[in-house]
Amino acid sequence: MFDKKKIKKTTLSLFFFTVVMFGFGYALVPLYDVFCKLTGINGKTQRVVENVNQKQYSSDRWVKVRFDANINGDLPWTLKPKERNMQVQPGNFYEATYIVHNKYFEDVVGQAIPSVSPSVASLYFMKSECFCFVNQLLKAGETKEMLVRFEVDKDLPDGVDDITLSYTFFRTLPGDS
Amino acid sequence: MKPILKKIIAALTLLPLSAAADWNLNLRQGATSISNEIYDLHMLSLWIVTVIGIVVFGIMFWSIFHHRKSKGVKPATFSHSTTVEVIWTIIPLAIIISLAIPATTLLIKMHDTSEAQITLKATGYQWKWKYDYLDEDLTIFSALDAESSEVSQLDSGLNPMETENYLLNVDNPIVLPINTKIRILTTANDVIHAWWVPDLGWKRDAIPGFINDNWAIIEKAGVYRGQCTEICGKGHGYMPIVVNAVPMDEYKMWVADMKAEQEAKKNTSDMVLTMQELMTKGETVYKAQCLMCHQANGQGLKGAFPALAGSPLATEPAKRLGHILQIIYGKGIMPAYGEQLSDVEIAAVTTYERNAWGNDTGDIVQAKEVAEARSNKL
Amino acid sequence: MSTVTQANDHDHDHKPTGLKRWFFSTNHKDIGTLYLIFALTMFFVGGSMAMIIRAELFQPGLQFVDPQFYNSMVTVHALIMIFGAVMPAGVGLANWMIPLMIGAPDMALPRMNNMSFWILPFAFALLISTLFMEGGGPAGGWTMYPPLVLQTGAAFPFLILAIHFLGISSIMGAINIIVTVFNMRAPGMTLMKMPLFVWTWVITSFLLVASLPVLAGGVTMLLTDKYFGTSFFNAAGGGDPVLFQHIFWFFGHPEVYILALPAFGIVSQIIPAFARKPLFGYASMVYATASIAILSFFVWAHHMFTVGLPVKGELFFMYATMLIAVPTGVKVFNWMATMWKGAMTFETPMLFSIAFVILFTIGGFSGLMLGITPVDFQYHDTYFVVAHFHYVLLTGAVFSLMAAVYYWLPKWTGHMYDEKLGKIHFWLSTITANVLFFPQHFLGLAGMPRRIPDYNIQFADFNMISSIGGFAYGLTQLLFVYIVIKCALGGKKAKALSWEGAKGLEWSVPSPAPHHTFETPPRLTKAMLEH
Repeated sequence: MFDKKKIKKTTLSLFFFTVVMFGFGYALVPLYDVFCKLTGINGKTQRVVENVNQKQYSSDRWVKVRFDANINGDLPWTLKPKERNMQVQPGNFYEATYIVHNKYFEDVVGQAIPSVSPSVASLYFMKSECFCFVNQLLKAGETKEMLVRFEVDKDLPDGVDDITLSYTFFRTLPGDS
Repeated sequence: MKPILKKIIAALTLLPLSAAADWNLNLRQGATSISNEIYDLHMLSLWIVTVIGIVVFGIMFWSIFHHRKSKGVKPATFSHSTTVEVIWTIIPLAIIISLAIPATTLLIKMHDTSEAQITLKATGYQWKWKYDYLDEDLTIFSALDAESSEVSQLDSGLNPMETENYLLNVDNPIVLPINTKIRILTTANDVIHAWWVPDLGWKRDAIPGFINDNWAIIEKAGVYRGQCTEICGKGHGYMPIVVNAVPMDEYKMWVADMKAEQEAKKNTSDMVLTMQELMTKGETVYKAQCLMCHQANGQGLKGAFPALAGSPLATEPAKRLGHILQIIYGKGIMPAYGEQLSDVEIAAVTTYERNAWGNDTGDIVQAKEVAEARSNKL
Repeated sequence: MSTVTQANDHDHDHKPTGLKRWFFSTNHKDIGTLYLIFALTMFFVGGSMAMIIRAELFQPGLQFVDPQFYNSMVTVHALIMIFGAVMPAGVGLANWMIPLMIGAPDMALPRMNNMSFWILPFAFALLISTLFMEGGGPAGGWTMYPPLVLQTGAAFPFLILAIHFLGISSIMGAINIIVTVFNMRAPGMTLMKMPLFVWTWVITSFLLVASLPVLAGGVTMLLTDKYFGTSFFNAAGGGDPVLFQHIFWFFGHPEVYILALPAFGIVSQIIPAFARKPLFGYASMVYATASIAILSFFVWAHHMFTVGLPVKGELFFMYATMLIAVPTGVKVFNWMATMWKGAMTFETPMLFSIAFVILFTIGGFSGLMLGITPVDFQYHDTYFVVAHFHYVLLTGAVFSLMAAVYYWLPKWTGHMYDEKLGKIHFWLSTITANVLFFPQHFLGLAGMPRRIPDYNIQFADFNMISSIGGFAYGLTQLLFVYIVIKCALGGKKAKALSWEGAKGLEWSVPSPAPHHTFETPPRLTKAMLEH
């Protein structure tokens, strides 16, 4: 009485659509990363540039970069920037050092995640060297210095005069890559 | 069922008492120019929807009273009118635009964190706040005060009505200067929290690994209270925020005092206390830091938080060092206390845990042992 | 597809009896009944959790439950009410009424229909069993934000599995509805002649198949993050916990309309019936519903204004959110215009529908206020939000479901319900629901965060009032059960056209509707297609 074929076709195409939407959920992961890069959402600084020559770009503009450090959860480390903040000129490369120390009596592996605030600034914050996103092994009681080389882009919007670069070290659990 | 009956009777007797409390009906105006602007925008939107409501419901009720079958009316048959439909699409659109304009201006203003004079970082922990004064090298842990903590226990038998600032009071309030632009960064140590003091006009999520910024210029001196507003586990309702806003010179004095106090606290490793002293101090520390999870009776919560009473960690001699180290460094979801507790406090709470609730090991842990554990000398 | 069978394959002389009838039923009316009974049961299970919540909040201090258990009550109450009560009730109505309204003999995929129902009891048994597991039930809120939700104990994998089951059940139900409506309409029942209830369900079904798989993806990522070392939401591995919130609310906001759109459909059937006047602006109702559905995919981040979005993002989501007020306004105005110059009577379904229009609009007003980003920084995650979504979902969605039950009960049972008791139920429900939720606006504005088990004494008065309203509302619903049972067992015989002004094909079959209807497509006259 009813068109069985048509019913089958509508059903199958809807099931197909469901599967596509399930895939879309996963596609949101890379899409979100692209979106973050475009908008600077959450201040993930992912712009890593080649170490350009010490080009001297001079201007009258000075911006304060503040170095912040966090330890997450139960990672028995301390993390401190050598200088709390630095006056920089957009367009030039600078270096900053963090001191990281393992208080524990065993070796521990951790990984640092950067974050920049305000979020608009993360679009203009570039690093040529960074200790983030890689596992760092600290032996029991060991202290290490870790270097960041960065540049604030000269196109940084006018409203921004103070940027916070924040690192958070997380414990890498065995099995995590 | 008897205890429940008792509770209901107790509750009913509270009714007249509570009626005396404030009847706060509206948003707070707050203590910053932003919070005042937010209040104005809130009132504007509230009035707009109230007027729309009165007009729309008024017409509806007029219709309900007049166009009823019992009055013998014959139903009309019209079923559409393009003119009317266009009108009632355009009018709401216009109203919305009139609200969106001031909202946009205010939002842009709120996002401008430049030219701040002081930067404060608030880090959410399960379940307390850590504050770093980034320009001062000063760190403060701020947790629910002992009195609220005690009263808020299940079946504590204590009356919250008689507790001052119940659940809105902390052990270490933070101090901020007035008439100064303060940038407030938020982040978290474990799960997502949210930092909210209503009088400052905003709340902002504190997310582990990420840093958010916001700002405030507090215009009136006073004590401002707030709470965590993102569910963060068992103690979500028990991590208030207290901001004490004072003139700049007072703020500077406070910073100096706090630094001196913390310096003094650092050198506790030589202190030697008696068992009695350790137990008293240990109980205070336990109540403030450990009770939320491990419970007043040391029984923990099955499946979520392990018991301390009778546990190998807190009773076996071989685990004594492990016990101290776990308090210093934390383990899994148990946070590390090494940073916020002094040697003598850790010694006291370890002693307490090893002797309370029938653990009775007789162990006495002194500050020196904690200091040695910290420096890996054991 | 093996599940595709034709309704007329069945033996139509006898309906199966006993357990077999219910367990293996492929009859849309039986399955509809099962859905409705299940939804009512879950309404009471979720409701008793709400009673625990209100009992704990009755006065300051902790009297009855541990904070961890309180959190799991908050979490499971939401999951049960959304996925176990409101959605199945809507699907139950759709099952019962859509074939009757479009002149089809049954749903297009009757065996799948049976399966999508019977998944539900198992899924909820699983979900509720987590409350008795080590470490307690899920307690991180129904929004399941990581990292907190990853701290859930033994309950975690069961929570995810239950969500998957609920999702599969709803998706199958939705597919069935779309396929039925697209393929099984009686000749002459063109799309723009369909009753609005059918329209809203078609649109809702599209929302379901588009949004639920995204949630399924999100919770699967949670599962692999916890057990298989992936780092979708784990900042330590380069992931981002906020990403989950985006995924969740990409599902979550359409979900809100999944709960609300069928309510719009119900009210659009009932108001014209009791105003004895055609629905005003039928076409604009259809377009408004569709545009609300489409807009719902572009506003998700208004649930996340405080996570720290860039200003441009916040502005975009604010404008999109405020824009939803326009089509929603159109709907409210259309209902008003339908009443205007009608000849109204006020039987229980009409009373619930009018209350729906007013109270849902109040929920809409607070929704508009919440959409204004800078002010939302104050309202977010306070009781103002709790009040808002309960106005929309309880006095909105649930009231419309009550209206629907009273409206169609004569068709289902063949008896008129007790009108006097129905009216008492209406007035008690309306008064108590407002005593329950209106004070929560004040609590939120005064600064009380949501999802807290205990509070400062400044919030004591309104919490006590709210709790009293809550207990009274809960008790009142027992009356509803009594009325429904009484009506099922007997009462005044209902005519085929049970309501004087009702329009639509469902009123052309006898009351109670026979087990099999429209075995041969009805011949539709112009009068039968009036709305």
